[in-house]
Amino acid sequence: MCQVDEEYNEQLEKRTVPSVSQRCVKCKEGTAALIIRAGDAFCRGCFKDYFVHKFRAMLGKNRLIFPGERVLLAVSGGQASSSMLAQVQEGLSRNAPKKLRFTPGIIYIDEGGACGQSMEEREGVIAELETMFRATGYPFHIVHLEQVFDLPISVLEAVSSAPQRPEGSYKAAVEQFVQNARVKGSCSPGEGHMDPAVLDAQIQLSHLDTQDLANGTPPSSLQHQQDLERLFASVRTLTAKEDMLQTLRQHLIVHTARTKGYTKVMMGDSCSRLAVKLLSNISLGRGASLAVDTGFSDQRYGDVIIVRPMRDYSSKEIAFYNRMFGVPSIFIPGLDTKAPEKASIQHLTESFVTMLQADFPSTVSTIYRTSEKLHTARPPHSSEMETVAKCLLCLCALDTKEAEEASAFHATLVSERLSEKRVPESAQVGSASTADTVGQCCSSGVGQEGGCSSRGQGCCSSNLTPVTPDLKSLLCYSCRLTIKDMTGVESLPPYIVSEAERRHRRSQMKKEISEFLLDDEEDEVAAS
Amino acid sequence: MPILCSSCGQKRAVLKRPKTGHSLCKECFFWAFEEEVHQTIVSAHLFNPGETVGIGASGGKDSTVLAHVLKVLNERYNYGLKLLLLSVDEGITGYRDDSLETVKRNQQQYELPLKIVSYEELYGWTMDAIVKQVGLKNNCTFCGVFRRQALDRGAMMLNVDKICTGHNADDVAETVLMNVLRGDIARLRRCTAISTASEGEGVVPRCKPLKYAYEKEIVLYAYFKKLDYFSTECIYSPNAYRGYARAFLKDLESVRPSAIMDVIHSGENLSVREGVRMPVQGNCTRCGYISSQALCKSCVLLEGLNRGLPRLGIGKHHRLHGKILAQEPLTQEEERKLKAIDF
Ligand SMILES: [Zn+2]
Ligand SMILES: [Zn+2]
Ligand SMILES: [Zn+2]
Ligand SMILES: [Zn+2]
Repeated sequence: MCQVDEEYNEQLEKRTVPSVSQRCVKCKEGTAALIIRAGDAFCRGCFKDYFVHKFRAMLGKNRLIFPGERVLLAVSGGQASSSMLAQVQEGLSRNAPKKLRFTPGIIYIDEGGACGQSMEEREGVIAELETMFRATGYPFHIVHLEQVFDLPISVLEAVSSAPQRPEGSYKAAVEQFVQNARVKGSCSPGEGHMDPAVLDAQIQLSHLDTQDLANGTPPSSLQHQQDLERLFASVRTLTAKEDMLQTLRQHLIVHTARTKGYTKVMMGDSCSRLAVKLLSNISLGRGASLAVDTGFSDQRYGDVIIVRPMRDYSSKEIAFYNRMFGVPSIFIPGLDTKAPEKASIQHLTESFVTMLQADFPSTVSTIYRTSEKLHTARPPHSSEMETVAKCLLCLCALDTKEAEEASAFHATLVSERLSEKRVPESAQVGSASTADTVGQCCSSGVGQEGGCSSRGQGCCSSNLTPVTPDLKSLLCYSCRLTIKDMTGVESLPPYIVSEAERRHRRSQMKKEISEFLLDDEEDEVAAS
Repeated sequence: MPILCSSCGQKRAVLKRPKTGHSLCKECFFWAFEEEVHQTIVSAHLFNPGETVGIGASGGKDSTVLAHVLKVLNERYNYGLKLLLLSVDEGITGYRDDSLETVKRNQQQYELPLKIVSYEELYGWTMDAIVKQVGLKNNCTFCGVFRRQALDRGAMMLNVDKICTGHNADDVAETVLMNVLRGDIARLRRCTAISTASEGEGVVPRCKPLKYAYEKEIVLYAYFKKLDYFSTECIYSPNAYRGYARAFLKDLESVRPSAIMDVIHSGENLSVREGVRMPVQGNCTRCGYISSQALCKSCVLLEGLNRGLPRLGIGKHHRLHGKILAQEPLTQEEERKLKAIDF
């Protein structure tokens, strides 16, 4: 389909020739400016060609982004996502040989409120990014993490995807697009040449103000700032904090994409980043969702598809490119900046992979290749999205069926049951309302899965008003671990709590009418 | 102030369970530990009444605890199993001698029959002799391959229906991590299976009843039960890459104690893309043992040792299998490559 791909293969073969002369291995003329791996010496020009080509090849190979489609670029200000932004600019520029044909916008999530940054620091960062974004000419959205407290319940519903495009429609869409462009004589980004299929859904939205309401204003209300502080204070471990932040960030991005009329989101995960993510997700019990979490495309949200076009680049290549071609990026401290190595699973994994990579240079690429052999979750073709039980927080398929067969999940439940009171006496439950017992139960920490929230009438929830919903039965294995590391779930944003209550009401309803239902396959909520 | 047992609420707690964080008294811990193994056995349908089960006994903590718990459970729940101990003598002076003494004491304490099969009688080589020829770098490859087959052969001599090994949760989690690091998708998919069915001629089905037991709890169990075990690591160094995975898992556990189970849960729920090629299992044309090549790993290693070409079984030399089978001599060039071994 793409001749550029063939050139690329040729280039790959040549790259194996060791370069002793420090000449570029590609053109054999230019002086080598950098060496990516042993023997891969490139001159400046060829490195740029190679780098730029790789981006287009990744998009070309996967054929997911349609001409004229509105694509939201998630830019954190870091090296990889800034480089992704530069690649999009490069690909959309007028003289690009194989022009990209989508319409980009940018989103930045300001997480300063969770990472302990002062208001001045946050404003400084935002001002710097705004300058960077404005220079691109693309619409951009600055969203503060505090805004999760305003999110609607609908974020947690995976919307069934827009009318399924038939096979082969990609090619037709490209031809159509090129024809339209010829008629109009130009096709610069932002003019919004819509694919007819997406036009309907987006026409009203594309006329909306391109700038988010919050742009330039101080990060949301004081109330929400306190809400956010309270939320993160209630999470006891850095591991769970990082996971929570990731979840909330993702919700904000998807919500913004939906409300602003974007159908794809591009994330800047590099191959190095994905290798760390794969290994830490395994350690976090997210094995069932590895393919969606680390693959090229992530279709869990249905109508908004996440793509990761930077996944073939190592962080080293990106750093080289950015330095050589002056791609701006800024360092923003995160949750685990300056944290000791063993502060969280994610942080520990990153140090481990970095250490191993130094000893065994193929570590990252080997782990990354593992991710490619994993099953990509079946795309949500089924219009009945409700039939598949999905995790309340990460929206992945639930991996917590309480089956009788041996499994780590089952074994953990058995261990907990056997370590607790063998014969629960009714008197004990009554006495559990004393502050002492409550404190003990909730703070005893790790492993008390059955102790706190599962039994509805457990020690914590019994004296809380209003009654906190039991989230556990609505969560996947890994998200349960995160919630378990929280002192309570009252501080969660309202949309999560309301959706949990709604799902419980639904399952309650279903229980009541169960004898009249003919199809018992429709398990909306996993058995609690 | 003494902490009370969270299970019975009466006796003083003597330990904090590494797996769940609960404080338990000795009796409640024993009960919980044994019940969990029982639950594993029942829910995974590991045994059938009347079966002869060989316990792979090394004299180490895992197999010692396994033997003890299986004997207890077999009586408590009338599994109706005929249990026996199966040991492999690798021929490592100072290491195996001592641990085999432990196994022999276990045999008397638990009144279980014991069968010892030695590398020397099966292959004509002791590990000491192998190390002399191959050095310390690749000796674990030999030992691992030979041990696997030795257990099978011992089991067949005794008409054993199933072999159980002392692999614990830490071992399984570590193997998951190691296979991710090595990109070994075929093993990654297999390594969390609690039991392997008979895969062919000469292979006895295996299972891991301690799959969900934490190593630390196994030590606690052995400690409070005052079980006798031999605790020295193999004197010939372990696999370096596994060492990294092990260290990483220990760190993960210290950050979040459930991490061991979480890794296993991940491994159990991975779905491998269809169309990823998995090696086809066949049988070794020389000894009949399962093998994806014409010759099984063990026969190739043995051939290398006997011909004085130790590298034969270490690299990928499938091309040479035909020559070996036909008993043909190798070319000088081939010999030169296979002889060189770095100590
Ligand atoms: Zn060049
Ligand atoms: Zn989840
Ligand atoms: Zn007790
Ligand atoms: Zn063989």
